[in-house]
Amino acid sequence: MRGIARTLALAALSLATATPLAWMVSVSLMPKGAAATFPPPLWPARPTLANYRELLFDHAGPGGGVTGYHIAGAMLNSTLLAALATVLGLALTLPAGYAFAKLRFTGRARLLQALLALAVIPAQVALLPLFLMLKWAGLINTYAGVLVPGLAGIYGVLFVRQAALAIPHEMLDAARLDGASEWRILMRIVLPLLRPTVVTLALFTFLASWSDFLWPLIAITDQRLYTLPVALAAISREHGQDVELMMAGAVVTTLPVLLLFAALQRFYFSGVLGGGVKG
Amino acid sequence: MRRRSQGHAALAFTVPVLVATFAFLVVPTVAGLLLSATDFDIYALADLRNLRLVGLGNYAALAHDPAFWRAVGNTVLLAALGVPAAIGTSLAAALLLDSATVRWKPVWRLLLFAPYVTTLVATALVWRYVLDTRAGLLNDALLLVGIAPVDWLGDPRTSIPATLIFIVWKAFGYNMLVFVAALATVSPELREAARLDGAGPLARFRHVTLPAIGPALVLASVLSVANFLQVFAEPYVMTHGGPAESTTTILYFMFDQGFTWWNLGTASAVAVVLFIAILALTAVQARLAREQEWL
Repeated sequence: MRGIARTLALAALSLATATPLAWMVSVSLMPKGAAATFPPPLWPARPTLANYRELLFDHAGPGGGVTGYHIAGAMLNSTLLAALATVLGLALTLPAGYAFAKLRFTGRARLLQALLALAVIPAQVALLPLFLMLKWAGLINTYAGVLVPGLAGIYGVLFVRQAALAIPHEMLDAARLDGASEWRILMRIVLPLLRPTVVTLALFTFLASWSDFLWPLIAITDQRLYTLPVALAAISREHGQDVELMMAGAVVTTLPVLLLFAALQRFYFSGVLGGGVKG
Repeated sequence: MRRRSQGHAALAFTVPVLVATFAFLVVPTVAGLLLSATDFDIYALADLRNLRLVGLGNYAALAHDPAFWRAVGNTVLLAALGVPAAIGTSLAAALLLDSATVRWKPVWRLLLFAPYVTTLVATALVWRYVLDTRAGLLNDALLLVGIAPVDWLGDPRTSIPATLIFIVWKAFGYNMLVFVAALATVSPELREAARLDGAGPLARFRHVTLPAIGPALVLASVLSVANFLQVFAEPYVMTHGGPAESTTTILYFMFDQGFTWWNLGTASAVAVVLFIAILALTAVQARLAREQEWL
């Protein structure tokens, strides 16, 4: 009996939580102005893809010229940047995390302590000088400029190290006796063993890059290089009254990451729970 | 020989990320401290010869700037209301998910966690419309129970609670997972024994569950405060810091100073103040973690 009551309570809470997301999809399929009627409709009487068409393709503007929201370009920018951030992040943090866990070298303990100490620096403190550095280097309004702060991958290194600690030394030493180089050991033995960790870290990095807002907002002023969140925020400042259009924009921004998360949720949840970085 | 080749490999494996961390985190952080002691503005941006050292002048100016204190006050209010609301929601959902008799747990867990992975800017926009006075779902639902429409985001008295509804909705899933994991460590024997001793549900929660998950609760609260200190995109998208600056947070104030007015010296001073606040929180957190090990 209590089980049923609690299941119902959870169902109600889940329904309330999911409602804004379902409503976002529903409104994105409504014709212009339909969502603003009273009482607000819950689903479209006549579903239409017109908002997505308007958002994704150029169309005749009010003055006769061609206008567009550059959302297709923003989708491409977001996808490429998130993919690049993920590949670069993994390339930098996987070997380092493994080295800090398993290779013997002078200064290891001290460097690790330094990284742990640096982990407390909030990213926002570095933003303003970083902007000036990139401006002088001519990297504002480039992909490289957006990617740069993410390369300081302390969290990734500590995350990989934690997982790599569990690899038995005997296994690595056996490979060394067989004459395998350290690079070969990393690629052939360590990476396959760390596969779940790699997937989890890749997923976290991709999602974080996809959803990042403050830094791309600062590092990009050229509309053609906007990422989805920046483009969406910009459109909402000009076309905020167009609810249906904005919801279509919210769907194309958030649905890809929701699907990615749903497909890889096992890795995500294990990352949240097992990823507690300990000093 | 083997030791030396390990040393070489370790160098090759660690140097790239260490260099990146130094160049893109350590250098800018130190530069931020220095920048906060200058009057870096749009003229210095054009020509560095216009730059002057002002020492602690930016901090003194901030101390006398009511707009800064307003932002601090708003952020403190967000955290003061938001931490209990967020932790409470996470705990309630976790307690429900923890009971052995509940069915279809993975489904509920997925639905309750989904907002956490959504893109903040996108769902902040969704909530801007959910909280709309006339056509919003929330007022529509409240009307069903006889509550008159509220101008959630347009009234300075409700803009912070309204922003909080969104923040809690977006974030509670994370700590829910953490608390479910902590609850799994509560010994079933102890619970059963308490029940046989005639302890009611509240007494059992107070004397069996709470001691077991207490450390996780405290730690999550501290981390939650740190997250509330860094709220930016929510007011940027939902309210533009308004109405009447009622949702201007510390970070929003910093962004505005830095990138709307190009007062990079002042903005850096704000960043340093934020840094110190977060550092203090980290110290509290480290201390709590140590105390837990003594228990």
